[in-house]
Amino acid sequence: MKPDLFEAPDYYNLDDLLSEEHILVRDAARQWVKREVSPIIEEYAQKAEFPKQILSGLAEIGAFGPYIPMEYGGAGLDQISYGLIMQEIERGDSGVRSTASVQSSLVMYPIFTYGNEEQRKKYLPKLASGELIGCFGLTEPNHGSNPNGMETKFKDMGDHYLLNGAKLWISNSPFADIAVVWAKNEEGRIHGLIVERGMKGFSTPTTHNKWSLRASATGELIFENVKVPKENLLPNKSGLGAPLGCLDSARYGIAWGAIGAAMDCYNTALRYAKERIQFGKPIAATQLQQKKLAEMITEITKAQLLAFRLGQLKNEGNATTAQISMAKRNNVDMALKIAREARQVLGAMGISGEYSIMRHMMNLESVITYEGTHDIHLLITGADITGLPAFK
Amino acid sequence: MKILVCISNVPDTTSKINFTDGDTKFDTNGVQFVINPNDEFGLTRAMWFKEKQGATVHVVSVGGPTIDPTIRKALAIGADEAIRINAEPTDGFFVAQQLAEVVKNGDYNLVIAGRESIDYNGGMVPGILAALLDMNFVNTCISLEIDGENATAQREIDGGKETLSTSLPLVIGGQKGLVQESDLKIPNMRGIMMARQKKLTVVEPVDALNATQETKFEKPAAKGAVKLVDASNVDELISLLHNEAKVI
Repeated sequence: MKPDLFEAPDYYNLDDLLSEEHILVRDAARQWVKREVSPIIEEYAQKAEFPKQILSGLAEIGAFGPYIPMEYGGAGLDQISYGLIMQEIERGDSGVRSTASVQSSLVMYPIFTYGNEEQRKKYLPKLASGELIGCFGLTEPNHGSNPNGMETKFKDMGDHYLLNGAKLWISNSPFADIAVVWAKNEEGRIHGLIVERGMKGFSTPTTHNKWSLRASATGELIFENVKVPKENLLPNKSGLGAPLGCLDSARYGIAWGAIGAAMDCYNTALRYAKERIQFGKPIAATQLQQKKLAEMITEITKAQLLAFRLGQLKNEGNATTAQISMAKRNNVDMALKIAREARQVLGAMGISGEYSIMRHMMNLESVITYEGTHDIHLLITGADITGLPAFK
Repeated sequence: MKILVCISNVPDTTSKINFTDGDTKFDTNGVQFVINPNDEFGLTRAMWFKEKQGATVHVVSVGGPTIDPTIRKALAIGADEAIRINAEPTDGFFVAQQLAEVVKNGDYNLVIAGRESIDYNGGMVPGILAALLDMNFVNTCISLEIDGENATAQREIDGGKETLSTSLPLVIGGQKGLVQESDLKIPNMRGIMMARQKKLTVVEPVDALNATQETKFEKPAAKGAVKLVDASNVDELISLLHNEAKVI
């Protein structure tokens, strides 16, 4: 892997919209990624292994639950700061960002928002410090885009719940200490349960042979008559809206994260195009390469504006699910297209592990699929503007 | 132990350097500013004294409000308080006089400054400061241990290292070696939030004169084109080195 020479583009002087604190947060995350992620990530992606040693670093810089209040171990930052952290981490690798997203938005967020005070105190500080790593179980073998059809269920046994079912495509599952699992009760109502590693009947087989998010651990969650203590049920919200609320938070982070991956591809392609000489001149001097690069920076700038405005709305508590869908869909699609174009700018070198582009490209194929597919997000916008859901 | 770390706000090492006003002023347009690396090694060592020996760490810098982000970063890294002397740092003598005033008023027994700032590379401030304060002084310091009032420092000298024993109060001109690059602290998110609550006192400068005045800046001559000489053509190489490059 070549040295990390990344320089972030800021074509519209968006830094002027950020506070001094946002810039400090962003630069700290950027510095950490350059020091801890860039030098090792290619090797781990090549061998399809999660670099577990960076978990303590992610915790130390505060990438786990940055917007969770300080009293629960978070940093109490705003949503734009959270977005900027996700952007910088995904600039390094979408898999590492996924780990941070899951821990923050899919594990800490539901415990903070839907949990009671005992649950918050028991789990959040340990999740923030990385002492506990969590995962989130919603998707099932037969229920991806339609989570409401889930089959995982739990039964009230008097002094405990009995949980049965299976979840798959679960980031962090192979090493997670706890799982926030969504399952239906006997009345068919969806509830969140905290399942801990070690509970009898709970296993987490690893998913192998992925061509995407190779430096991230993905697996299944299998529940065979798992006895879950009653105090592990998240009491403050039930129904599909509860897991979807978590997804809003995670998708928001992805909308920012994708910008990071796009920036890295663009910056790599720009640098390469200026250095690569063909026909006696840098390829950056040719019209076809300029078209690619100019379109990339245009799309990145638009995505940045979308994410920034969404961040303001989130800070005010006014961002709607449909607005978040639009940003997630647009920005991930933008990043994937940029990765593909940037790969072409580098010619054959684009497929080499010496450059990050093809790794980003392969990662983004997952990112455009998970947390609501590209198509489903379009239908969320469609339902929002017409009032007529096409997915029901 | 009460430590004052003097930090300079300097252009990032990757900045493109340009001058304005007839080459008399540095063009700050588009330049990112950072904590002077020599000061950052010192700050990190000071944080070690804070964590291991319970030291109190203050940071000070001379400059206008535009340097506040750099000061805030030092607070986010872990310094307890900061002082900004509200004046343009026009030369080393001026800066040292301003810093001396803060040291006198703050009752510090260890002052850590960088050996030099990486912008103007004057390398004068720590020495002048020690002289103004009549404190012990170790320059180009690459290691520092404190035990009570006693200090053991190492200094880089030509071809080796020198170990010195001295005592507080002490001024050091620090550099890499005080800590390693991998030890430099990246502020964490909680630190950044806590920095918000920390005290940043702005003080007005005392009357002080400059010893020097900048009159003109020049950039190094642009690099010429490279000429490649075939390995078998030694005569041409010698001729070029003798007649064109005039180095032999």
